[in-house]
Amino acid sequence: MLENVKRVILVLSGKGGVGKSTVSTQLALTLKERGFKVGLLDVDLCGPSVPYILNLEDQNIHQGNEGWIPVYLDKDQKLGVMSIGFLLKSRNDAVVWRGPKKTSMIKQFLEDVYWQDLDFLVIDTPPGTSDEHITVMENLRSVPQCSAILVTTPQEVAIEDVRKEITFCNKTGIPIMGIIENMSGYECPSCSECTNIFSTGGGKSLAEISKLPFLGSIPIDPRVGALAGKGIAAVKELPESNTSRVFNDLVVRINETSSNSQR
Amino acid sequence: MSSVPDNAPHQCPGTQSEDAGKASACAGCPNQNICASGVPAGPDPAIEVIRSRLANVKHKILVLSGKGGVGKSTVTSLLGHGLAKLNPDVNVGILDADICGPSQPRVLGVRGEQVHNSGSGWSPVYVTDNLSLMSIGFLLGSPDDAVIWRGPKKNGMIKQFLSEVDWGDLDYLLIDTPPGTSDEHLSLVQYLSAAGVTGAVLVTTPQEVALLDVRKEIQFCRKVGLPVLGVVENMSLFVCPNCKSRSEIFPATTGGAAQMCSTLQAPLLGALPLDPLLARCCDSGRDFLQEIPGSPAVAALQAIVKQIVSTCES
Repeated sequence: MLENVKRVILVLSGKGGVGKSTVSTQLALTLKERGFKVGLLDVDLCGPSVPYILNLEDQNIHQGNEGWIPVYLDKDQKLGVMSIGFLLKSRNDAVVWRGPKKTSMIKQFLEDVYWQDLDFLVIDTPPGTSDEHITVMENLRSVPQCSAILVTTPQEVAIEDVRKEITFCNKTGIPIMGIIENMSGYECPSCSECTNIFSTGGGKSLAEISKLPFLGSIPIDPRVGALAGKGIAAVKELPESNTSRVFNDLVVRINETSSNSQR
Repeated sequence: MSSVPDNAPHQCPGTQSEDAGKASACAGCPNQNICASGVPAGPDPAIEVIRSRLANVKHKILVLSGKGGVGKSTVTSLLGHGLAKLNPDVNVGILDADICGPSQPRVLGVRGEQVHNSGSGWSPVYVTDNLSLMSIGFLLGSPDDAVIWRGPKKNGMIKQFLSEVDWGDLDYLLIDTPPGTSDEHLSLVQYLSAAGVTGAVLVTTPQEVALLDVRKEIQFCRKVGLPVLGVVENMSLFVCPNCKSRSEIFPATTGGAAQMCSTLQAPLLGALPLDPLLARCCDSGRDFLQEIPGSPAVAALQAIVKQIVSTCES
């Protein structure tokens, strides 16, 4: 399984709505901008957001000789995307499935998609520590280069759930690359006063307590929010923004760790 | 309601189906003979137990949202406090059905409390005299403990919560749920089918990426026959504490909850503005309604509570 994928990056968080899909898509787009060949797999079956964020909602999955062909964002096929959203007839359709059905769908996503040769496969997950996560972890055990990025928002109520996700990673033996803090402060557009709507610094202190690398904090930036639905990389459209800085640093770090471990 | 067991083979027609035991997927299933014999297994006996356990609960309300992090737990706790404040004789219970990420103990400020077991069942934790809470958070040893369970175990826990908690007489039981349209949601609807659910309150935020999932949840409600009491839009406007100017942090590019509600013909209960103090109160478990009574969010909430009460009473 996934023999032609050099590295798998899981984007996890115990909490919902903290920006897993935004981080996953922006990470995939940044890697693509750097010239890598990237796959993005959305295993959130009940709430797939990736097709909307990347503006691929009307696309369909085709069956090829070697398996399902992912939807490509660009002509050069540098970024391939797979999501249950492509398999639904209408965007309002609900996927009302219990665990076993979700499990077999995810197995199909992991086994039957023909990704071609990939430098990176980014996997976007739903919140929680349940069926989807257990299935992904069980199936990725045989994939050597696999690590997780945890996304949180600064407030305690989110941190609490992310601590559970750390325990989950430790129990299942997935190495954690680090923690990203999202939505950490909002700059008022009229007076430039920065308000910490969801408080601040929670992600950093969580990283310190759990002795994990802190990968940066992303402020609430409506310009980045507006990129959702367009499929444009923040590093390309808003190169000066804090968000771009975080993703640039993150890609540098990812490359360092992968070249280290290849030696 | 589907009668496919959790551990059924792929494409099981369901134990209540006419094809039970006869479909091609049934070949090799250990229960094929039972299904084929035509003696239906009957509904889960727990449904009846739950009906009698919740007989003294007048209104059971589910708080749902397809999307995570939109404020289901915050809205649930606010509604709980809001309903409990209407009248000291109104008893409100909150059941936290989010097994993997229970937030209610923190939001209601009762972290670290213990649940006690007595002859009449588990006693919930009392936040105030007339507001009680049950959550898996009370059963975990440490806040780092992860509940790494697949669906059937989560369903078992929910069944226990519904059948074994001794709520006493309640006017309202609010059930906080995890995001999605999966095991927890199906089980709640199934287990409460005899007890009867008054309806569901859906929570969303204004941006399209959240509405996308909430539309799925509305469809879920319609599929399983759950009445939608209404939609609450959370985090809708931000008022800068410095210059008092208003801005949209999560812009409603597609018309927000109002547009969605009119398209899908669901009632809109109201919009809660984004107040940083509310986030702070939730983190420290203080009662926002009491701490900051002047906040515009409080006024908006009270209007929502009133509508829910009148819908339930009618």
